[in-house]
Amino acid sequence: MNASLTEATDLKLKGSGADILIQSLKQQGVEMVFGYPGGAVLPIYDALHRNPIKHILARHEQGAIHAAEGYARVSGKTGVVIATSGPGATNLVTGIADAMLDSLPLVIFTGQVATTVIGTDAFQEADILGITQPITKHNYQVKNIEDFPRIIKEAFHIASTGRPGPVVVDIPKDISNELFLNNSMEDEEINLPGYQPTTKPNYLQIQKAVKALSNAKKPLILAGAGVLTAKASTELKEFVERYQIPVTNTLLGLGSIAGNHNLFLGMAGMHGTYTANTAICECDVLMNIGARFDDRLTGNLAHFAPNAKVIHIDIDPAEIGKNVPTAIPIVADAKEALLELLKQNFEKPDTVEWLKTLSENSMNFPLQYKADKLRGILPQQAIELIHRLTKGDAVVTTDVGQHQMWAAQYYSFNHPNNWVTSGGLGTMGFGFPAAIGAQLAKPDAKVISIVGDAGFQMTMQELSLLQELRLPVKIVIINNRCLGMVRQWQETFYEERYSQSLIPVQPDFVKLAEAYDIQGYKVETMEEAEEVFAKAFNSNEPVLIDCRVTQLENVYPMVSPGTGLHEMIGVKGV
Amino acid sequence: MKRIITTTVINQSGVLNRVTGLLMKRQFNIESISVGHTEQPGMSKMTFVVNVEDKEKLEQLLKQLQKQIDVIKVNDITDKAVVMRELALIKVVTPPSVRNEIYSIVEPFRATVVDMSKNVTTFQVTGDPEKIEAFIDLVKPYGIKELTRTGVSAFVRETQKPYTAQLSIL
Ligand SMILES: Cc1ncc(C[n+]2csc(CCOP(=O)(O)OP(=O)(O)O)c2C)c(N)n1
Repeated sequence: MNASLTEATDLKLKGSGADILIQSLKQQGVEMVFGYPGGAVLPIYDALHRNPIKHILARHEQGAIHAAEGYARVSGKTGVVIATSGPGATNLVTGIADAMLDSLPLVIFTGQVATTVIGTDAFQEADILGITQPITKHNYQVKNIEDFPRIIKEAFHIASTGRPGPVVVDIPKDISNELFLNNSMEDEEINLPGYQPTTKPNYLQIQKAVKALSNAKKPLILAGAGVLTAKASTELKEFVERYQIPVTNTLLGLGSIAGNHNLFLGMAGMHGTYTANTAICECDVLMNIGARFDDRLTGNLAHFAPNAKVIHIDIDPAEIGKNVPTAIPIVADAKEALLELLKQNFEKPDTVEWLKTLSENSMNFPLQYKADKLRGILPQQAIELIHRLTKGDAVVTTDVGQHQMWAAQYYSFNHPNNWVTSGGLGTMGFGFPAAIGAQLAKPDAKVISIVGDAGFQMTMQELSLLQELRLPVKIVIINNRCLGMVRQWQETFYEERYSQSLIPVQPDFVKLAEAYDIQGYKVETMEEAEEVFAKAFNSNEPVLIDCRVTQLENVYPMVSPGTGLHEMIGVKGV
Repeated sequence: MKRIITTTVINQSGVLNRVTGLLMKRQFNIESISVGHTEQPGMSKMTFVVNVEDKEKLEQLLKQLQKQIDVIKVNDITDKAVVMRELALIKVVTPPSVRNEIYSIVEPFRATVVDMSKNVTTFQVTGDPEKIEAFIDLVKPYGIKELTRTGVSAFVRETQKPYTAQLSIL
C-alpha cells in the first residue's frame, strides 16, 4: 500500500454526507471521477471543491459514463461517475446498460431530490432506482446517513468483484447536506451474505475437463473478456502452448491472446474468420473461458458446435447452460481455473492433424478485400494502416458499426486490455468518449479512436473535453457518409432499400475539430492517409482525421441472423 | 411445468420489486407470490409459483434469483414433501333459500363464515391450491360476487421421503 493510501485509511470520516462521499472515494483509492454537476449534487460538488479529487467534466453525462467505461476497461479499476438527479441520471442510462452487458466495474453516484419530497414528482425527480434496477448489478438509495459509508464500501466491492458490473448509489440532497455524527463508528467488515462469488474451481470438475481435453482430437478454446478481466492472458498463453490447443476470441475477448500467435484463429461469430467459425463447427471439445455464448457469437444455437463436448469456465454461474448445453460447468475466476488446469500436468492431446487443417483453412480462406486505387481508400486498408503504424501496440477504441467489425478483424493486438468496444449493447456514441477515459487511464499509451461518421456525431460534444485536457487521442473517422452497418443489412436483406441510412449532409469534420482548437485533416487517398496518419500518430496533441472511405464496402464474412456458423456468406478462397 | 420456489431475502425496500422485475425481464410467468417476515429479524421469505417451460429454464431462473445481492437462499421445493397453504376469501350469493344447501357443501372443506348479509356470505377457506380450486368450483354455480387469494406459502416438511429429485444449482 502506498503512503497516501495508508494516510487515507487512517482518516476518520467526518463532515457532511457529501464530505463522507469524497473521503470514502479517497479511501477506495479513486484517482479520478467523471461527472457533471447539477442541483441535487451541489453539496457533493462543494465538498469536491473543499477536498479535491481529479474530476473530469464531460460535456454530457453519457460522455462521462462512456469515458468511465473506457477508463475501467483498460485500467481494470472501477470507474466512478457522478451526475445530478432527474435528467442527469437518465442521461447515464445508456452507459449503465452498456457497462452491465459488458461487465465493466462502475460505481455511479446520482443526486436525488430530498427524502422529504421523494415520490411527489418534485423538480428533477426521476426514479433512477426503478429505472436502473434491471440494468445494474445492484443499486442503493441512501436513506440514512449512518448507512452511507457502508453503502459506498459495498458498492465498490460489488462493482469490482465476481463478475464486475455497474452499481448505482442514489443520494438524496438532504443526505449530502446532513452532518455525519457517528464518527466513532468502527470500520465494519463487508457483510453480504447474498453475495459470495465463487472464484476457485471445483476440483472434480477440473478433473473432468482434463480428461475431456486429453482425449480430444479437435479441442478448441474460446476466450472471452473474462480472461481479460481476470488478467489471465499469461496463463492462457502458457496453457495453449503447452497443450497445443487453438484459440478463438469473442469480440470482447480480443487481445487475450496475441493477434499474431500461431494458435490464434481470429475472432469467431457473425463477422468471425472462416477458420474460427469452422473450428467451432468441427471441434470435439470446446472450452469456453469467460465468454457468455452471446448470439452474435453463436449464430443459430441449433447448429452451434454440434460435435463438441462443452466445458464452460465462468465466474457467473447463471451464464453456464444459459444458451449452450454444457457438459462440464466450472464456476471460477478465469485465472484461478487456468492455474488449476496448468497444475494438473495432464496428457497432451494429439492435435497435429487438427492444427494442420486449421492452418490450411487460414491460408486458403483468409480475411480479404480487394483494394482498388481508383475506388479510393477501403476501410479495411485504413485499419491495416493504423495497425502497421502503431505496430499493434495501440489502445484502440471503436464505436459501433462496420468500422468496429473491421477494426476487430484487422487490428491485431499484441497486448491484452488495449481493446475498448461496446459489444453487448452495441452503443453508438461509445467510442470517442471511451477513448478519453482510456487515455486518462494510460497517459503514455497511443490511443486511437476508430469511429463511424454517424456514431461520432452522437457524442462529439466531448471534443470540448479533449480541447480542455489536450489529451493526445487520435480520432479516425472511417467516413463512408452513411450508417454503414444499417446500409449493409438493407443491401443484403432488404433489396437495397436504403431507408434512412444514407445521411444526406454531414458537418465539415476538419472545421469542426478546428472550432475546438484541435488539428483536423481530411484524407481521400492511401498516399494522403499514409502521410497524415504517420504524422498524427507521432504527435502529442489530439488530432481528428476525416478518413474518406468507399461507401458501399461490406463486412465479410458474415453469418446472417438465424443461420448457423457453417453458413457464412462472403467467404472467398485465395 | 409448475414449480414452487421459495427465497429468503434481506428485507430491504425494493427487494420485492427486484425479484419480480427480474422474473419479468427474463420472461418468467408468475402464477402467485406471497411475501412475509420470517423468524429472523430483517429477513423475509417469498414463495412463488411459476410456470416454466423446461428444466433448463428453471435452472436459469434459480441462478438468476441466486445472483441477486439481496437474495440469500433459493429453493425449488416442488419435488419435496411440503406443507403448502393458501387462503381465499370468497363472497357467495346465498339467498335464504339455498343457504343450508351451501353450508352442507362447504362443510367438508372446513371453510368458515367470516361475514354475512341478507344475500351474501363470505367464506374463508385455507389449504393447498387444489383444495381451494375445488371449493371455488363447488360454489361457483351459486354465484361468486368477489374472490381474493393470498398466494401460496410453503414449507419443506421436517421428514423427507428417502429420495427427492433435486435440480442442480451450480
Ligand atoms: C445508439 C444506437 N442507435 C442505433 C444503432 C443501430 N446502428 C448500428 S450500426 C449503425 C450505423 C453506424 O453508422 P456509422 O457510425 O457511420 O458507422 P459505420 O457502420 O458506417 O462504420 C446503426 C444506426 C446503434 N447501434 N446504437
